[in-house]
Amino acid sequence: MTAPPQQKGHFGRFGGRFVPEALVGALDELEAAYREAKQDPAFQARFADLLTNYAGTPSLLYDAERLSAAVGAKILLKREDLNHTGAHKVRNVLGQALLAQRMGKRRVIAETGAGQHGVASATAAALLDLECVVYMGEVDTERQALNVARMRMLGATVVPVTTGSRTLKDALNDALRDWVASVDTTHYLLGTAAGPHPFPEIVRDFVGGIGIEAREQILARTGALPDAVAACVGGGSNAIGIFHAFVPDEGVRLFGFEAGGDGVETGRHAASITGGSSGVLHGARTYVLQDDDGQTVDSHSISAGLDYPGVGPEHAWLHDTGRATYEPVTDAEAMAAFQLLCRTEGIIPAIESAHALAGAARIAPRLRAELGREPVIVVNLSGRGDKDVHTAGAYFGVLDEREEIVMGEQE
Amino acid sequence: MSIADVFGKAKAENRSVLVGCMPAGFPTVEGSIASMLAMADAGCDVIEVELPYSDPVMDGPVIQRASDIALAAGVRTRDTLRIIEAVASRGVPVVLMTYWNPIEKYGVDAFARDLAAAGATGMITPDLIPDEAGEWIAAADKHRIDKTFLVSPSSTDERLAMTVGQCRGFVYATALMGVTGARTAVSRQAPDLVARIRRADPDMPVGVGLGVGNGAQAAEVAAFADGVIVGSALIRCVLEAPDQAEGERKLRALSAELAEGVRNRP
Repeated sequence: MTAPPQQKGHFGRFGGRFVPEALVGALDELEAAYREAKQDPAFQARFADLLTNYAGTPSLLYDAERLSAAVGAKILLKREDLNHTGAHKVRNVLGQALLAQRMGKRRVIAETGAGQHGVASATAAALLDLECVVYMGEVDTERQALNVARMRMLGATVVPVTTGSRTLKDALNDALRDWVASVDTTHYLLGTAAGPHPFPEIVRDFVGGIGIEAREQILARTGALPDAVAACVGGGSNAIGIFHAFVPDEGVRLFGFEAGGDGVETGRHAASITGGSSGVLHGARTYVLQDDDGQTVDSHSISAGLDYPGVGPEHAWLHDTGRATYEPVTDAEAMAAFQLLCRTEGIIPAIESAHALAGAARIAPRLRAELGREPVIVVNLSGRGDKDVHTAGAYFGVLDEREEIVMGEQE
Repeated sequence: MSIADVFGKAKAENRSVLVGCMPAGFPTVEGSIASMLAMADAGCDVIEVELPYSDPVMDGPVIQRASDIALAAGVRTRDTLRIIEAVASRGVPVVLMTYWNPIEKYGVDAFARDLAAAGATGMITPDLIPDEAGEWIAAADKHRIDKTFLVSPSSTDERLAMTVGQCRGFVYATALMGVTGARTAVSRQAPDLVARIRRADPDMPVGVGLGVGNGAQAAEVAAFADGVIVGSALIRCVLEAPDQAEGERKLRALSAELAEGVRNRP
């Protein structure tokens, strides 16, 4: 299978550039800079050095024996939660910040939902001495006050977005509006493998080390490829990052688990592929949550990082071609898996990643029946759960009353 | 009257065309129709109806707020077509400005058909570049809808020529690098951009939008452009008025001022 995108940045019927003409020049400049950087050994060496000596990759592939026993499959966890800043996102921000530097742009802007990409962007900007402005929905700045503080400590400016639903999609709108007016001096450090071409390809390549490493690690460990690879899907960067290296391996099943919220049937979810339809949002044709008139519908998920009404176009394409399978995982299923990993392995996962764990547990008996043996599943543990302690603590009722009040006030 | 006729007439009168924008259904369906008719009556040559969209990335705060109000009141795509029909049936030339997703959802060919049936002469597509517009171009050609794409100060000469080549009716030149909204001064990039468009196609009428808010600015832009497009300043008349009647009074006053401006080339 050849790797899209083709000339104009399409993945089958998805992707492309649905942007104001004012941005086309900047996207062309970015694409040209990226093509050069890709061929430039000095750029690649600098990126590799930062990934190894700053971000702490390659991340471990951990044989989770107690979890495996609990779900009835051999589960290997790709420990992206151990990276600097606590998630796979550091790979993308380092790559893009280096690109910004290469293009001579001294300012980066970013959108953020829960604040993870904002913190990662602020981190990379501090490291490379770039000015950083982060757009964050006002609702999110209130419920993620600690991440706002982190970004400010790192020297970034946080702009609360007060338009629309005042969440991630509106933060993305405002980042695009900033970029239309500032493209000469500013790089838009997009946080996921979505948006107009060439972002989906660039972000995929920068996070693609996840899958390349995992593939090498499991071959070294077991001498064979896994039966399946599982990841959570919001915008889809961690999933495309681990999928990409396995796409040519036809025997490896790829599973993306979307945020099912209260259940896709309730309408309160963030499952763009399984619960949405084809449309155009934020610069690309992909699956989106929309009403009959094509107006974007608000998404819902207990996981802020998956709470987005669109998905990267390459996932839409992998879904259409059948190469990857996408299923929704509800809040309740994700939280059960969250607790299971805490108790069996002593690892507190990001709630996002808990969706992948829940999905892996769901497919385990299915694969066992199909294969007639214990299946081997690599799960991308894309982030750590420190940021989710409030949410999970409240969910499981493990907070003392006083803490609950304090945290309630913060939200 | 076709858009070509409107521009032809203005040229004969040695003035620019005044295009006034208003979101459909803002603040209500009937209110928006009344606002548009008031604008036309007071001197807007063309009414640009904006289809409210949940994620208008090319628009500044005024149009965002007006769109949010219209959507919160429940305006639907079919209401926008009804509004166009109500305004066009009074002999006012109407073009639609819309983000792409609502059209894709409606069905591209069906929308072009219904837009033509409603009496609109053309459609402006702020987030659809010709590179992605194959289906739209075919539908617009089939149903005889004029196609207006945007060009920007950052467009290369090559893209500018390509884009102008795909336009019919007029081309929309964004005067500056930024989103919609009135500015204190007319962009210095605009005259250069218009000159570049004329080199690419001397016959294509050029409408300049982004940043024009009063009669003096309209006159300044009219000096080099065939059309002056005003949105946020007009919409603010309604947004800030205590009631519809006061909003219409302000709309008439500003429309008249702008209409004088486009006739008062320095």
